[in-house]
Amino acid sequence: MLTEYTFWFLSFLAVFSAFAVILSRNPVHSVLYLILTFFSIAGHYFLLNAQFLAAVHIIVYAGAIMVLFLYVVMMLNLNQAEPQRTSAWAKFLGAGAAGILMLVMIAVIRKAEQGTPAGLPVNAGTVENLGITLYRDFLLPFELASVLFLGAMVGAVYLSKKEIT
Amino acid sequence: MDPILYTILLCVIVFGISLGAAAYMTWGERKLAAVLQDRVGPSRAGPFGLLQPIADGIKMIFKEEMIPTHSNRWLFVLGPCFFMLTACMTSVVIPWGSGLTINDTFYRMQVTDINIGLLYLLGVVSIGVYGIMIGGWASNNKYSLLGALRASSQMISYEVAMGLSLIALVMTTGTLQLGEIVRQQDGGFANVVYQPLGFLIFLICAFAETNRAPFDLPETESELVGGFHTEYSSMKLGFFLFAEYINMFISSAVMATLYFGGYNFPFQHELGLEGNALAIVQSLVFMLKISGFIFLFMWIRWTLPRFRYDQLMNLGWKILLPLALANIFITGLVMFFSGKLG
Amino acid sequence: MNENTSHLSEYVPIVIMALVALGFVVTTMILTHTLGPKRPSKVKDDTFECGIPVIGNARSPFSIKYFLVAILFVLFDVEVIFMYPWAVNFKELGAFGLWEMFTFMGLMLVGLFYIFRRKALDWE
Repeated sequence: MLTEYTFWFLSFLAVFSAFAVILSRNPVHSVLYLILTFFSIAGHYFLLNAQFLAAVHIIVYAGAIMVLFLYVVMMLNLNQAEPQRTSAWAKFLGAGAAGILMLVMIAVIRKAEQGTPAGLPVNAGTVENLGITLYRDFLLPFELASVLFLGAMVGAVYLSKKEIT
Repeated sequence: MDPILYTILLCVIVFGISLGAAAYMTWGERKLAAVLQDRVGPSRAGPFGLLQPIADGIKMIFKEEMIPTHSNRWLFVLGPCFFMLTACMTSVVIPWGSGLTINDTFYRMQVTDINIGLLYLLGVVSIGVYGIMIGGWASNNKYSLLGALRASSQMISYEVAMGLSLIALVMTTGTLQLGEIVRQQDGGFANVVYQPLGFLIFLICAFAETNRAPFDLPETESELVGGFHTEYSSMKLGFFLFAEYINMFISSAVMATLYFGGYNFPFQHELGLEGNALAIVQSLVFMLKISGFIFLFMWIRWTLPRFRYDQLMNLGWKILLPLALANIFITGLVMFFSGKLG
Repeated sequence: MNENTSHLSEYVPIVIMALVALGFVVTTMILTHTLGPKRPSKVKDDTFECGIPVIGNARSPFSIKYFLVAILFVLFDVEVIFMYPWAVNFKELGAFGLWEMFTFMGLMLVGLFYIFRRKALDWE
């Protein structure tokens, strides 16, 4: 019962703050609302008993990536930011692209199975169980991910240090 | 007692203890600084100046609240509130004692023993950056912005090394639950014996995360006026200063819990104490350990000069990070060759 | 590993603690807002700049170095988080898991070495 109420509360919070992200004028406010969105989604993971995912969501998304976003927003010169004039064409194209994305989402949700998949224990999401699965069965993706990190690191350093060689 | 009611009571008690401890740490710090500099320190309010923290608190509340005209009003208020909130959230996972049994009911002394306790700690630490960033940016002051930038990039830099140093600890304990980590240290050696390098890295990172000297670059008076809280006044300034002491108290408690056996002490079962008496002594010993760390924090602040910014970054990325990796490497190999692997 | 139950009730105290702390923060803010004197003046509420008139605006672009630190932090943070499920199961995964993680750490070190070689984190 309590779980259900929590679910509705968190869902409301997630949708509300997601709307606030795109509707607020001040980009710093947007970033803060996005953090709130991430928190409510992390709450959903807790409800699903996926504790590691929830912790990762808070530490990586809310704690690390949003710091990066905040830096970007703070770097932009906000004082000169006039209300940007978007052409009617851009608006039309944007609405079209968003509509197609929504169509895809609806199609996916309609196809998705309802309820918990059979054969999955309740505690599949704890750190212990997830670690066993990740490091026994998904060895190759894990090691490939580290190659990806290496690539990202090299890319970031290369782009920001380009002028000094 | 009703479990929910007890949880609320426990939350209020733990919150009160961290507030009270932080308040008296400000007094302790001033007294200690006075002793180290051959002065008397606060001595007017009450005996030995013991009422000084209360006087300071009342003063802060009655001060004029200034919000600069060019600041972002809401964010300016939100910054210190957020910083204070995050500072208070860590104390829920710390086991303050083994628990009391009154009238056959067990009363735990840890608010909650979640099985991702260490990840929760890291999560709260990673969220802690925002209070400073928001506050510093919203002030719309050059010093504040520079202070906030320094603070945030210092905190995120040391977070990586902090996370890595804890991994080596998790390898030996095999759990993320703080209560379980403390119970494992009962009877055996404290974790610091197995993880001396990890502890040292964690200690340095704790100094950097709490913005304490020698890592107090965000608020260097000589170059940035007051750093990220230059524009703040009244209780909003109080929150920033106060949260620093709460952070210090909590990180001392975390270090005592993870590396120094928590509430356990040597030969605790040979004293002839049982049940509640033992639990109370244990909690007192835990507080003593925390006080030791707090003393270390203060001692270092009044002894060492401040780092330069490039030195700080070099220490974090070029020394601590590789050292933490090496620590994991050594821990892994030692456990491998001593046959502790399944 | 664990008993097959939900751990949800263990997180309720965190919410309670958040409410307690929030209550304290809000009460104190309201108290300090109502109790303190209010004598606003144009000069007093101006931005502090060591006594001289304010030049320009604080919100000007700053060094890209901070940004690079943040990017590298995100990358390393994800890698560190990935190591936690391994560390918890370290004893169970045994030697195989050890070599697996050494490979991972090796690649991480290569990245770190590249960063140092390019002097990406050097502050002039």
